[in-house]
Amino acid sequence: MSMNREGRPTAPRNKGAADAGTFTGNRALMLEEPLIFEIGRTEASGIDIEEPVTNRTCLGGLERSEAVDLPGLSEPETMRHFVRLSQKNYAIDSGIFPLGSCTMKHNPRLNERMARLPGFADIHPLQPQSTVPGALDLIAMLADWLKVLTGMPAVALSPKAGAHGELCGMMAIKAALTARGEQRTTVLVPESAHGTNPATAALLGYGVEAVPARDDGTVDAAEVKARLGDHVAGIMLTNPNTCGLFEPDVRDIADAVHEAGGYFYCDGANFNAIVGRVRPGDLGIDAMHINLHKTFSTPHGGGGPGSGPVVFSEVLAPFAPLPWILSDEVGARLIEHAEDGKASTAFGRMTAFHGQMGMFVRAMAYMLSHGSDGMRQASDDAVLNANYVRAGLRDLMTQPYGDRPCMHEVLFDDAFLKDTGVTTLDFAKAMIDEGFHPMTVYFPLVAHGAMLIEPTESESRASLDLFIASLRDLAQAAREGDNTRFLDAPRHAPRRRLDETRAARSPRLVYTPPEPQDVEPTREAAE
Amino acid sequence: MTLRFTKDHEWLAIDGDIATVGITEHAQEQLGDVVFVELPEIGKEVSQGGEAAVVESVKAASEVYAPVSGAITEVNNVLTDEPATVNQDAQGAGWFFKMKLSNAGELDGLMDQTAYDAFVGEQA
Amino acid sequence: MRYLPLTETDRADMMATVGVDGIEDLFADVPGGALLEAPPDLPHAASELSVERQLSALSAKNMTAGSVPFFVGAGAYRHHVPASVDHLIQRSEFLTSYTPYQPEIAQGTLHYLFEFQTQVARLTGMEVANASMYDGSTATGEAVLMAHRVTRRQRAVLSGGLHPHYVNVVRTLSDMAEDQLEVLPADPLGIEDLIAAINDDTSCVVVQTPDVFGRLRDLRPVVAAAHAKGALVIAVVTEAVSLGLVESPGTMGSDIVVGEGQSIGNGLTFGGPYVGLFAARQKHVRQMPGRLCGETVDADGKRGFVLTLSTREQHIRRDKATSNICTNSGLCCLAFTIHMTLLGGRGLDKLARVNHANAVDLAKRLDDVPGVERLTDVFFNEMTIRVPGRADALVETLAGRGILAGVPYTRLAPEAGHDDLLILASTEINTDDDRAALVSAFKEELA
Repeated sequence: MSMNREGRPTAPRNKGAADAGTFTGNRALMLEEPLIFEIGRTEASGIDIEEPVTNRTCLGGLERSEAVDLPGLSEPETMRHFVRLSQKNYAIDSGIFPLGSCTMKHNPRLNERMARLPGFADIHPLQPQSTVPGALDLIAMLADWLKVLTGMPAVALSPKAGAHGELCGMMAIKAALTARGEQRTTVLVPESAHGTNPATAALLGYGVEAVPARDDGTVDAAEVKARLGDHVAGIMLTNPNTCGLFEPDVRDIADAVHEAGGYFYCDGANFNAIVGRVRPGDLGIDAMHINLHKTFSTPHGGGGPGSGPVVFSEVLAPFAPLPWILSDEVGARLIEHAEDGKASTAFGRMTAFHGQMGMFVRAMAYMLSHGSDGMRQASDDAVLNANYVRAGLRDLMTQPYGDRPCMHEVLFDDAFLKDTGVTTLDFAKAMIDEGFHPMTVYFPLVAHGAMLIEPTESESRASLDLFIASLRDLAQAAREGDNTRFLDAPRHAPRRRLDETRAARSPRLVYTPPEPQDVEPTREAAE
Repeated sequence: MTLRFTKDHEWLAIDGDIATVGITEHAQEQLGDVVFVELPEIGKEVSQGGEAAVVESVKAASEVYAPVSGAITEVNNVLTDEPATVNQDAQGAGWFFKMKLSNAGELDGLMDQTAYDAFVGEQA
Repeated sequence: MRYLPLTETDRADMMATVGVDGIEDLFADVPGGALLEAPPDLPHAASELSVERQLSALSAKNMTAGSVPFFVGAGAYRHHVPASVDHLIQRSEFLTSYTPYQPEIAQGTLHYLFEFQTQVARLTGMEVANASMYDGSTATGEAVLMAHRVTRRQRAVLSGGLHPHYVNVVRTLSDMAEDQLEVLPADPLGIEDLIAAINDDTSCVVVQTPDVFGRLRDLRPVVAAAHAKGALVIAVVTEAVSLGLVESPGTMGSDIVVGEGQSIGNGLTFGGPYVGLFAARQKHVRQMPGRLCGETVDADGKRGFVLTLSTREQHIRRDKATSNICTNSGLCCLAFTIHMTLLGGRGLDKLARVNHANAVDLAKRLDDVPGVERLTDVFFNEMTIRVPGRADALVETLAGRGILAGVPYTRLAPEAGHDDLLILASTEINTDDDRAALVSAFKEELA
């Protein structure tokens, strides 16, 4: 079998010993909350709706045979339900959220206010373009800023998230090859890549060939060259890479790939480390997506929505998907269909409408607020903060590629936990008890028991000092054999360790009411 | 009955021209809690080293390769409902499938218990 | 800069701790010449007040839906979203959290995702639903790929009633993946013969209801024919409120139901972010794309929720994943879940009836406009009319009079040649006055 060496317990080992407990199950501010299906009533509603103007119907006999079985709640009950749920979440607004590769930086509330201006929030994507000049100007402005920041001549704004942007970029590459009359079969992907890279290449029918990392965690141009040929469509390279390192051979790699007739896709997930410092266009990149929700801090919102515009080099620009945004003396407009002389080479369409406008506004508010000087400072601070964490932990925790400067995130492995009986996962869960969100764990796959820390520029020095001191305490505790602290963790979170094995073996993905025999007998039934 | 092992951590028990195949005790330990097993169709022809089944834990999915070439004759349906059997008894009740060998010569390249134990020891 | 906590003193001290003389030392791996000496040529930092001025000026140039009689739909609908929805989704703990990879401190998100999945499954009449896709169009593309995996066939048939943007999204994906596709011609009259297009190679038939012209489709004959050939039926719903009144696609036998959930809880926002709905049968759950949230227990035996069946996904399965999708529409799902909770089954039913009644009233009024021919007789809250001359010119003229009259079909598919078709939606936001204003403007302009 294809061997997996990251196997780890996915069901809790130390089952509780529940604490003294309360009658309600609540713990002061931490309130238990049922599902809406357990507390709602079908006849309850939190919205008053006016009476229909007519009872005549034109449904052609397709009316529902049964009413929708969905319980409702009044407004006060709804508020309480969702406020209680919110209190079970950790968030950037509560503390450091150092998830490597995910970029959890501060979300300015100005961005939220701007996105809710009616001229952006309350306009329809298909109302006449003549009625939305301000919205089109904003899109054109975002396009300009992204082009200047990346040094790339074109941008497709419609992709809905990073992985969707990758798909867009790789589709442009495939379209460019097809236009050349070539059908290539293989895409090179370094071992440390995000899973979305190989998944994207495979979706387009490409075989994926892995490129190993050097001992220092970066990609060797010689290894790339050895794999190039007229069967290679291109390379998907993350830069800065997922180990938090800038690829020093990036230009040699770009040159070699171009020489072999391939294209260079850059995964821009880590662009936030170099905004205002390095323009990807100067490195020989042909396409790169930008995660607006990471780099320009449109919020992550518990997993989305994202936004993944893709910048293109001169050679790929003609293949960018529809719609295109054009801006001239008349103003900005969207080209939604191939027209005479315009967009006839576009490879198609990624999504309905024009992209994540709500995210565009937030990103634009972020960029205007920072300005080019502020964005450069933000990158510098992100890099400095990561190196400060590295300096604070390098004697107690281990780095797979030795102690060397990193970019915006620092990678540790689990060698320092060897023979302690504590795993990376246990270490992460103990951080929860100390009041921190854990770092990214077990990614990238090239480091054993990886711990990838990205503090971002939003952390103050005091916040970093506390974080470092706490991780030092934990590393020391692991070394000293204080294992209960780790194996029982988290002990103070809304839930203790969850049984993922059980969830996966017999999946329960929707609420099902308890079977009658499981219900406590009612008084009448008992009598 | 002869027991053989592959470098990909499959075991096979040979009885005449029928081999029973599973993953080794060592492999199940590394994998963690098995939550799902995808078994091949009966009658499917597989060649040595080709993908024959998939075994999943919560955090990983691994292909199980055919240790030798041949046709699938039987699959262990118990694993569909009780994937934990792989963890409990990887080299017994947790077998994956049986196959009819098409080239007995391929067995020569496989390891016996002693060689496999040494192989695992080297890898640790 | 107000968002950056480090002071110059901090930076100097921290660089000393790190052991570098200047920040450039940390960028030493950047190849020669690529490190910019100065920030790119763009404006410098601006105060909150200044940014607010700049963006408000742009916002003010747009004609907002709420300020005029508004009949634009075709895949995005203006509904009233209660104030509490927007308040709740801006709670810091929802807004500024990440994908729930550490479930012990993300039960808030996981709990509502589980509620969302259940609501979507029940609304669509299906057994399981995922934790959302980007939007309805990308969900449709993913559904086609899923059908190919389930049936091990590569030919999809798309109804001529499918939203042209959705068609283009599926076509792009299909061309790039080198699959086959048969797209039926635009079908404003609802007369296409989908069944004749199904053959032994067909993996799936994609039917939208209500379709892009507003027509309700009875899926049962298509389901029967598709199943007889071993093909799946993918139902597409772009107006989620219709599910309150119209027979669910699941009840009509669909194998996969995808949809645009924007109508519930989410504003128009010029096209995004929206929330893709994806529901399927239990037996196909391992072929589904996207995140799934499942119920389990913690070490103390208390109920809790986790992301599950992750081995389908790219971060584990890499090139063998069911999809490359990572991000979902978390916050938009939350808005959907809250709005749906406020409505409840009865509220949704009533909301749907109000929508339908307004559309019936609009239809009646349109029938009185000389020169206008209504093509849609069986509908939910949207319909297509034929106007004399070009529909896009008429819409432009009415926009000049302060009425947003609908979507000319040519805006979606200029190549189809239906220059005279106009799609109009009437939701609960429309008043009698709005409809009267529209109809009298039509009468004047078409006279």
